[in-house]
Order: sequence, then C-alpha cells, then structure tokens
Amino acid sequence: MKALRFALTHARREGRAAPRRIILLAATVALGIAALTAINGFTANLRQSIRDQSRALLGADIRLGSRTRFSPVADSLLGVAAKGGDVARVVSFDAMAYAPTTRATRLVDVEAIGAGWPFYGTVRTDPAEAWSRLTTGHVIIVDPSLLASLGVKVGDSVSIGKAKFEVAGTVVEIPGDVTALSAFAPSVYVPVGDAEATGLLGFGARLSYDAYIKLPVGSDVKAAANGVRAPLRTLSISVRTASDDERDLNDSLTKLARYLGLVALAALLLGGIGVASASRELITRRLESIAVLRCLGAPAGTVLLAYLLEAGMIGLVGGIIGVAAGTALQLSVPALLHGMIPVNVHVAADPATIVLGIGLGIWVTMVFALGPLLGIRRVPPLAALRRDAEELIIPRDAARWGARLLLALSVLLLAALQVRSLIVATGFSVALAVAAGSLALVAAGLVRLARLTPARLPYTWRQGLANLHRPANQTASVILALGFGAFVLLTLFLTERSLLSRFAIDTRPDRPDLVFFDIQPDQVDGVRQILKDGGATPASFTPIVPMRIKSLKGSPVTALLTDSTRPARGERPGWALRREYRSTWRDTATASERVTDGRWWHAGAGRAAGAVPISVEEGLANTLGVTVGDTITWDVQGADVVTRVANLRHVEWTRFEPNFFVVFPAGPVDRAPQTLVALTRGNTPAARAALQAAVVSRYSNISAIDASVLADAIARLVSRIALAVRFLALFTLAAGAAVLVGAVAASRRQRLREGVLLKTLGATRAQVMRIAVVEYAALGLLAAVAASGLAIAGAALLARSRFELPLVVPGGALAAVAAGLAALSVIVGLWTGREVFSGTALEELRGE
Amino acid sequence: MLSCTRLTKTYPSGGRDLTVLKDITFEIEAGAFVAITGPSGSGKSTLLGLLAGLDRPSSGTVTLDGHDLSKLDEDGRARLRGAKVGFVFQAFQLIPTLTARENIQVPVELGGGADAEARATELLARVGLGDRGHHYPAQLSGGEQQRVALARAFANRPKVLFADEPTGNLDAGNGGAIIDLLTGWNRDFGTTLILVTHDPDLARRAGRVIRLADGQLLSSTA
Repeated sequence: MKALRFALTHARREGRAAPRRIILLAATVALGIAALTAINGFTANLRQSIRDQSRALLGADIRLGSRTRFSPVADSLLGVAAKGGDVARVVSFDAMAYAPTTRATRLVDVEAIGAGWPFYGTVRTDPAEAWSRLTTGHVIIVDPSLLASLGVKVGDSVSIGKAKFEVAGTVVEIPGDVTALSAFAPSVYVPVGDAEATGLLGFGARLSYDAYIKLPVGSDVKAAANGVRAPLRTLSISVRTASDDERDLNDSLTKLARYLGLVALAALLLGGIGVASASRELITRRLESIAVLRCLGAPAGTVLLAYLLEAGMIGLVGGIIGVAAGTALQLSVPALLHGMIPVNVHVAADPATIVLGIGLGIWVTMVFALGPLLGIRRVPPLAALRRDAEELIIPRDAARWGARLLLALSVLLLAALQVRSLIVATGFSVALAVAAGSLALVAAGLVRLARLTPARLPYTWRQGLANLHRPANQTASVILALGFGAFVLLTLFLTERSLLSRFAIDTRPDRPDLVFFDIQPDQVDGVRQILKDGGATPASFTPIVPMRIKSLKGSPVTALLTDSTRPARGERPGWALRREYRSTWRDTATASERVTDGRWWHAGAGRAAGAVPISVEEGLANTLGVTVGDTITWDVQGADVVTRVANLRHVEWTRFEPNFFVVFPAGPVDRAPQTLVALTRGNTPAARAALQAAVVSRYSNISAIDASVLADAIARLVSRIALAVRFLALFTLAAGAAVLVGAVAASRRQRLREGVLLKTLGATRAQVMRIAVVEYAALGLLAAVAASGLAIAGAALLARSRFELPLVVPGGALAAVAAGLAALSVIVGLWTGREVFSGTALEELRGE
Repeated sequence: MLSCTRLTKTYPSGGRDLTVLKDITFEIEAGAFVAITGPSGSGKSTLLGLLAGLDRPSSGTVTLDGHDLSKLDEDGRARLRGAKVGFVFQAFQLIPTLTARENIQVPVELGGGADAEARATELLARVGLGDRGHHYPAQLSGGEQQRVALARAFANRPKVLFADEPTGNLDAGNGGAIIDLLTGWNRDFGTTLILVTHDPDLARRAGRVIRLADGQLLSSTA
C-alpha cells in the first residue's frame, strides 16, 4: 500500500518534470486511439442506425421474393402472411435505357413500383412531387447518374424496351438503396402497370417479383413470416423480414468496419512501439536517479511500479486526447463511406467506445512499456556511487519473457476483439511481428554495414554514416518507426492497385470490351450483321439455358428445401437449391477455367446414352455438397435432364467474359429455350456507344454492357473503400512520424554535445548540418526500402490469399514513397536538432 | 553498530579476477565518526558500497545494527537502508526531476511516513534553505545541492550515515559548511558517521581513521 502510494507520487512528479516527453508520447498513442475510436464509434453508430431503420431499409415488414410471377397458390399464401395488412408489388429486371435524342444507351436496373411501396422510410426525389406522379403512369424516376450517362435531363423521354417514358425526376433518397452499387446499373423506377408495356417480362429476362407486406399494427412479424416460410420455399419464393435485412446488413457492414479497424489498430501498436523505445531510453537517462532511489531504500518493485504507473498516466492522457479527437473524426467517417451505406447513419458519441478507447490507451502503453521497464530491477544501487557501474545489462530472464508473452497475447486479443476472428487476428499479429522483426534485423544490418564506410568518402559523409553505428545511435528506433508506418501504408496501397488493375479494362486487341446479352436465337444473325457494319471485331456467341435443380443425388429439391433447417450463418444451401442456373454447353474448357477434380468429357459425350456429364464450379459444388460422380437432375424449362458431375472447375470470375456455374456438353440442351451472349470489341468509347445504340434501337430486348463502364464502376467502389483505408493508414504513418520525433529527440542532448564539440574543433554549421542530412537520409531511405520489400511480400500474400490475383508493383510510386520517407526523416531530424546548427548550441547545452 | 569480517571483493577483469578488497575486518561503535582514507583505487568506495549493502561481497560478512546483510536479499537490504542508513554522495545525486523539498521527502514517503512535508520543512530550515524548497536541483548551486542532499540523508533520522567524498565537488567554503553540518548531526543526534575522503584535513576531524592501500587495511587508528 505504501509502495503504491509512493509509486503514484513519484510517477506524478516524474511526469510533471518532462512535459514535452509526456505530450509527445501521449500524442503517439493518441493517434492510434483516435483512428480506432473513429472507426469503432462509427461502427456502433452504424449498428444502431441499422437497428432503428431496419423497417425503412426493407420498406415493409416482410418481403416475398420470386424469380417468376406469383402463382395462385403463392398469392393465397401471400394473403395468409399479410393477415389483412397491405401488400405492394414490385417487379425488377435489367434492361437497356435508350435516349432517342442522344442515341445513348445504358444498362439499368428497372424497378416497377406498385402502389403503396414503400410502407416505411421516405422517398425523396428532385423535384419533390415526382414520386407521386409515378402512380399516374408513363413516367420514370431515375438515379441521377443516368441523366449524365444518357445526356438527358428531367422532362426528356427515355425508352425502355418497347415503352417510352418521360423522365419525371431523380431519386435523392430511397429505402435500402446503396448508391455506390448503382454505378453498375443505375436504378430506374417505373409504374408497375407499365412494366408489361416494355415487353421485357418474357423469356430470358432476369426478373424478380417481390411482394411487400405491411402487417396490421401490433402483429408478430416473425410469426407471420415463419408461418408461410416452409410452403413458400417449396415454391422457390424467399421470405425476408426487416430483421433479416438488419442482420445481413450488420454482418457485412460491421465486418467491413471491423477490418478497417485493424488498420487503426496497427497505428496504435506502432504508438506502443514508440512507448517501448522511449521507456528503454528513459531507463538509461534515469539510471542514476533509479540507483539513488534504491540507495534511499526503495525496493526494485516499487521503482518499477512508479515508472509503470507513469506509462499508464501517459496512456491515460493519450487515451483521452485520442478519444476526443476520434469522436470528432467519427463525424467524417460517413462522408468517407458515402454511398456505400443504405441507412442514414446517426452520428453520436458512443460511451462504450470512449471508455474502451481510454482503457486501451492505458493498457497498450503499459504493456509495451513493461518489457523495457523490467530493466529497472537490474539497476544496481551501486550506480549512484560508481560511474563504471552504468553499463546496464538487461538479462533475458523469466519475467522478461513473461512480459513479451503478455504483449503478444495482448496484441492477439486486441486484434481478435476487433475482427472477431482468431484466424484473421493471428494473421494480423504474425504479419506485424514479422514486419517489426524484419525491420529490427535490417536496422542491425545497417549498423554493421555503417562500420564499413569507405575511408575515401568525404568527411561529412563518413561522419554521418558513422553516426548510424555509434553508441546510443537511433538507427533501430528510426527504422522501426518509419518502416512500420510505411509498411502498413504501402501494403494497403499495393493491394488496392492490384485489385484495381485486375478490373481495369484490358487493352490488348484480342480481348472483348463490349458484351451483349439476352439475345434471342433468331436475333443472332441480325446482331452479327450490325456489329460487322459497325466495324466491331467478329463476335463470339455463347448460349445460355436457364434451368433449376430438380433433384440432388436422388433427393427431390422440394424435400431438401423443407428438410434443411436453415444454418445459423454462412452458406445457405436453400439459395443454391432454389436459384435459377444459367448454364451453357460446350465441349472444351475456356482459358479462365481450370479443372480441379475429375476430367473433361470427349466431344460427342453429350449425345451418348445415360446420364449427361457436366462440369460444376468448385465453390458451388462445395455449397451443394456434390462431387465427381454425383447425379443432379435438372428441370430445363419443364424437361428433366439427368446429369452426372464429370469434373469440378476453378473459375476466374473477374475475367470480362461469360462464366458459368454449370457447363453441359453439346447435345442434350441445345434445343432448350435459350438466349445468347455476344462478346465483341469496339476499341473506342465512341465505337462502343454507337454499337450499343445500333443494337438496342433495333432489338429493344437486348442489353449491353461496356467493359469500361464496368471497370469504372468497380474502380469507384474499390477507391471508395480504399479512401477509407488510406485515411486510417495515414494515422499509422503519423504515429510513425511521432515515434520518429521521439527517437530523434531522445538523442538530442548527445547531438548537442557532439555539435558543440565539432564546432569547437573547427567544423562549420553547414558541415554539421550535412552530417545530419547524410545520417537521416540514409535512415529514411533504408526504412523505405525495407518497408517496400515487406509491403510487396505482405501485399502479394494478401492479394493471393484473399483476392486470388497477382501483385502489381508500381515502381514509380514506390520510388516516390522512398524519396518522401527520406525527406520526412531529414526534416524531422534537422528540426528536432535545430539548436545543434544554430549559433547558440553552447548556451542550449548549458541550459539543459 | 557496524562490523565487517574478512570482507573480500573481486571483479572479473580482462579474463582474470581483480581483487579490489582483501580480508577487511573492523568494527565501528554507535555514534562514532570514522573516516576511510586511502589513495585513488585503494578500494574506499567499494568498501563503502559493501558496508551500506549496495553491493555483495565476494566473501566475508557485514553486520549493520544487528542485521547480517548477507542474509538479506536485494529488497531486504533496500528496506534496511531506508530505515537506518543515510547517504551523501560526491556528485550530490539529487533526483533532477524532483524539487529540493521532494528530494528530501522521498525517504520518508518510501517508509510510508505521513509527516514527509513537515519533516522536509524542518530539514530545509536546518540546512539554511528554508525558502528554496520549490527549486529544482539544476536551479541550485553545488553547495546548496549538497545541503539538500544532506537534509535528504537525515530525513529518516538514520542510525548510520555514509558520505562518499562529500566535499569533493565543492570549494573550501561550501565544503567546510557541509562538514560542519555533518559533524553537528553526529554530535547532536549520535548518528554514526562514516566518511570516505582523501582529504587529510577532513580525516583529522574524525574520531577514527581507517586507512586503505591496494585493497588492504593499512591501519585503523583512533
């Protein structure tokens, strides 16, 4: 008790004595806490907002969704579920919007809205009254981006299929809309009564028929939904409630936010590394004081406790500053993720996040300081008496290993709490440990290398490089601080670039850049002729046959659907069993496919007697639980086709070409009702636009997508997330800079002495400065090179394991980062040691 | 009060053991004023460190106020020092991050005493620095710092006070004042005073002089 009281008193006095050090260290910790608080506070806000707005998200209490028009049986079940409440119908499908005035086309997502929808949430349009005009018919309300891509304005007319509409307005806000996704296919809202008039509800279209239910006030939504879930499932109709939506949205969005939090955690851990190296340095500086305390009767544990408490106080200050800054930053996160979130996030300070942030500041600071501070136990009281006892040897005893274990477990626990996944947390912790370890190794290598500085170099160069290996050098601290921050930033940057390059438009002349789909067999010749006339490369046509699974390994799907209790989370076999499969036939694998199990069939195998051999994509096979040799019976537009899985395939889905879950051999399904997809190359945006207009104005049922539009949409989505990631990664770099300032400041006194001594011996100010520039530029460059190497390895691993794509290394950008880091290092070095170069170095030294 | 028996200290140095102290045996009675003298490198400071329990002897024993130091661990020796021993160093060794007053309070606070502030006020006045308590060591002159150090050494009313060349870094005037304070305490409170010095004038003021040369006890005269 008295030990604790003394330790507290001493910690407070120590803290007061060096405010600059405390503030710098607190700031180092505060950066990570701020980033973490901002992202975690936002996550809490997001969850709350989704909870509050879940009904508005769906626009109703329950939604029944089907790929086909509701049968009379389905309609009667709908009546049962509605329990006398209101029902609104919505039909949605993809189509081409065509502006006659500009001859521009654009793939759109048509939402044919029935009266009443949405029951909850608000629709805002520009002009405001546009939504009410929707019921009067023959008008559409569009996503604002469509106006730009079609070159039309409100009041102009736009064709969809065979119907012509007046653009009544644009959508500002609508329930459940993720605007960032509308870049793929902007939404167009039409009256449900006009859907038929487009002529696009026929065969081949990807249609969704939804019935939205508003139950009478006070009804049990869950019970109403569960009451019809099983019978509707056998009709391939899905049942969703607002709380289903809430859960799914929470799962995906909070997962994203949590992973973003890992980047913030990296910043905090770098702050911790700063605290650790500052603690190591503190013991050296306070060696005599500690020895005196021991002389005066302080047990080693009491002194250790005092300095640990001081670290805790730094953590407390850092935590409070960080939480305050983070809560302020929280306001900016919705702007960063703008368009990706279908709810209005209500930003408010989250008490749990705040308490956690402050607690985290204290804990991280103390746990990082503990290891180095254990050295206090080895400070001999004799050091107060004898100068030669000053060389402090910190033995690697049990307590030190214990401290390291505690640190490792803390990092793992923090990461696990952040992402709620032990595997990801372990990967994160190991990656950071490897990065920190490698940087320490590089620093040690540099120290050794610096000893070998060639004697023929100019004096200032030799002196600057020699500073890297002299006693009390800052090489390790600076390399670690700069390198770690740069490593995190560069890893994310390289991953982002690799992702983007994967989706970037392929400019090789043999690659398609334009795709037409929903082509009817009798339109093939016409399309081929239009493309030929338009100067496009000859198109390749791929047939698509829609089908459903009838039975799996002998069990009818209807039975499987009623049997299968819905898994708590993860894959939903029900989805895979119910869905419509759009399969093709051919007798060879394509370039984007690789057989992983079984063998491909010989040409003509499809015409042989017995079960038809098929190829199944490996992910789907996994979901369905089938493997080579299993039988699947397909319902192909009413005709049963018995098949046997001949092989499993790995498919590169990101290629710009039609990819399929299931491939049939030529023969068995050739004559089934089908549509075709055509791939061609228009080369220039203008040519692509003209080709689309020519095809769509002739065949209104055919849709087209321009690869560059797709690439742009993906790039926009990726860069949206990348912006948020980079924003958080900047905190890591800032924390690195703060640690750098701390490391340089720690050696300031020694620098002053050396500077004064050099000047006394006749060195000019310019020479002293040049020595520092050489030293810090070398440190910065090496940190950048090491960080780049680590980042390339890290990003390659991340790209391959998470995104299955090869790494792209932009050399120019990396060189710029290296130059930037060297500059940062030199600036911080010169600024922190500026007195060394000024004329007043001697006074500065006296004033210490 | 304080005795040592066959005290020997060797350090490993350049692959072989260097004997700094060899077979030192003597006894000091309570309230004595003893000077330990000898040329540089004779082992004076090493002896002081061993007597105060700052270091462990290679062989031999030290008994301080009835406690065999070899039977105490590092922390046990620290607690014994806190309760019974005061220190004055050649380089003052005030804790630079603490004010003069706080430096004096440290031993009292470590012992859990509640009257630390009152005791510091009293001691500051006694060493003639009543109005300088809020100053940091760097703001005090050498003589003033050593007076604060003296006040700190006496904060817990120690039975033994060890002083290692207490005037070594001071001019004659300041040095004289420090010695007067030390001997005054020795006289007024019966504090045993053990002083390491190579100043013959200072040694002459002691009641007893222990002379060391090459790590061996040369003479112990009253």
